[in-house]
Amino acid sequence: MGTPAIEIEGLTKDYAVGFWRKRMRRSLDNLTLQVQEGEAFGFLGPNGAGKTTTLKLLMSLIFPTAGTARVRGRSIDNVRMHREIGYLPEQPYFYDYLTARELLDYYARLFGYPAIERRQRVTRFLEHVGLADAGDVQLRKFSKGMLQRVGIAQAIIHDPQVVFLDEPMSGLDPVGRREVRDIILDLKRQGRTVFFSTHILSDAEMLCDRVAVLLGGKLQGVGAPGEIVSMEVYGMEIFFEMRAGSSLPTALAGHAARIGERYRVEVQEEQLYSALEQLRSCEARILSVTPLRPTLEDYFLKLVARDKAAAHPAGESAR
Amino acid sequence: MSTIPGVVAINTFREAVRDRVLYNLIFFALMMISASILVGEISIGISRLVIINLGLSAISIFGLIMAIFIGVGLVSKEIEKRTLYTLLSKPVRRWEFLVGKFGGLLLTLTVNTALMTLGLAAALFYVSGNFLRADVSILVAVYFILLELALVTALALFFSCFSSPMLSTLFTLGIYVAGIFSKDIRDIGILTLNPVMQAAARVLYYVLPNFHNFNAITAAAHGESIPVSLIWQNTAYAGLYVALVLIGASAVFSGRNLK
Repeated sequence: MGTPAIEIEGLTKDYAVGFWRKRMRRSLDNLTLQVQEGEAFGFLGPNGAGKTTTLKLLMSLIFPTAGTARVRGRSIDNVRMHREIGYLPEQPYFYDYLTARELLDYYARLFGYPAIERRQRVTRFLEHVGLADAGDVQLRKFSKGMLQRVGIAQAIIHDPQVVFLDEPMSGLDPVGRREVRDIILDLKRQGRTVFFSTHILSDAEMLCDRVAVLLGGKLQGVGAPGEIVSMEVYGMEIFFEMRAGSSLPTALAGHAARIGERYRVEVQEEQLYSALEQLRSCEARILSVTPLRPTLEDYFLKLVARDKAAAHPAGESAR
Repeated sequence: MSTIPGVVAINTFREAVRDRVLYNLIFFALMMISASILVGEISIGISRLVIINLGLSAISIFGLIMAIFIGVGLVSKEIEKRTLYTLLSKPVRRWEFLVGKFGGLLLTLTVNTALMTLGLAAALFYVSGNFLRADVSILVAVYFILLELALVTALALFFSCFSSPMLSTLFTLGIYVAGIFSKDIRDIGILTLNPVMQAAARVLYYVLPNFHNFNAITAAAHGESIPVSLIWQNTAYAGLYVALVLIGASAVFSGRNLK
């Protein structure tokens, strides 16, 4: 295996809080992980978990209390590392007096491209993010989704090998989310490493080869979404319809939920055949049978609950 | 040599122009037109004096207001609006950003001052009907104003690297006023018998920017020639002082966490 795209070793960040009596608050605690070239890597955690802190450390916007990080073998302190990366901050804001074309041209100038190449790149990337028709509109007139897309365009204007996206789907409507998702998939297809933070777990499940879960500044686990959560089936979900005039089997009546004309019931795996038999005997029409597995979301919520329980033990919370 | 400060400077200039900063020229033009009409009633000799004095003072004051109020927001605005995050994720060193911002505002001030100088020349021609050889001093006085503005911009930028715009404005204004009276501070030190006060006054005299030497408005208004040695001295002084302040600003800003 070659040099990892991203190597983080013991990255720690403490902030001083308080006005008079300063005390240190740990925002990121000894984070160590590696991301391989070409991976789509999801960085998950609730708000305040330390995701943005990590990304800011990697961009050298803030400086670590301890630890180091390298991107494609180069230390994050090395300004040349920035030629190989692209970054979209959370809720990006750009110079709103510029048009999208001027903004991208400005950023392309920072990489020293000559005028002809800049023009070509700007046109290509405006098209790539679906903003070809809005290139000459001032950014102050852009919607949130359009700003997010122009943000992605500026992050990839120089064809970086590693792209860092901080909450790229946050605050977008379903159409906007889908568009951003497609752009990420496209980057992945081109063989680029995409490292993105999110708290929208379905996006991570859909896009990522691997995910890391961060909670309270501490890494809770790294792996493929399927590895992180147990793949074990914990139950079966049955959707069915009843014939007019017939009633639900007594064994299922207690825990079947009615959704419009349909019913939904969850049973243990070993009870599936007997449940189906009972439904068949009362001439119910089976619509679907689906095995139930824990999702990343379940795993995530379990972690948050465990963390809260550890922070406020039962005796303490009763007080 | 890095081209990045130049790229940042051009964008800063564009921002100033699109933020309608140069609209102050309208006020300047209105002021010069009214003054030209009013002083037309006075005798030719005095009207020249009034127009040059008023024009140069206005160029200085308008420039100072721009240098301080835009200067203190150069860094803080970029942090507050988080535009700096994307910029620093590119291969841009923090000192390159600062030098670019400084250069951009200086370019804005230069264009603004040049246009106001043209306005002053037009008003002068209107009231006196000709230009005199001694009017070259006006250009030297304008050049000194520009040097002064470069110093004030550097100071505003320095303070904005670690304090709020409000505090940066107060600090810059404070230093500017103290810098005008730096010679008086030195004289107070000479007059006092207390050795501590003497030492403090001497340190302040050398540390504070000496703005007194940049004021050639009266000399220009009276048609006096300005020694070439003073032009060299002021140029070298301003260049060195600006370089030191920018180095200090870069040192402070390079270690700052952008929360």
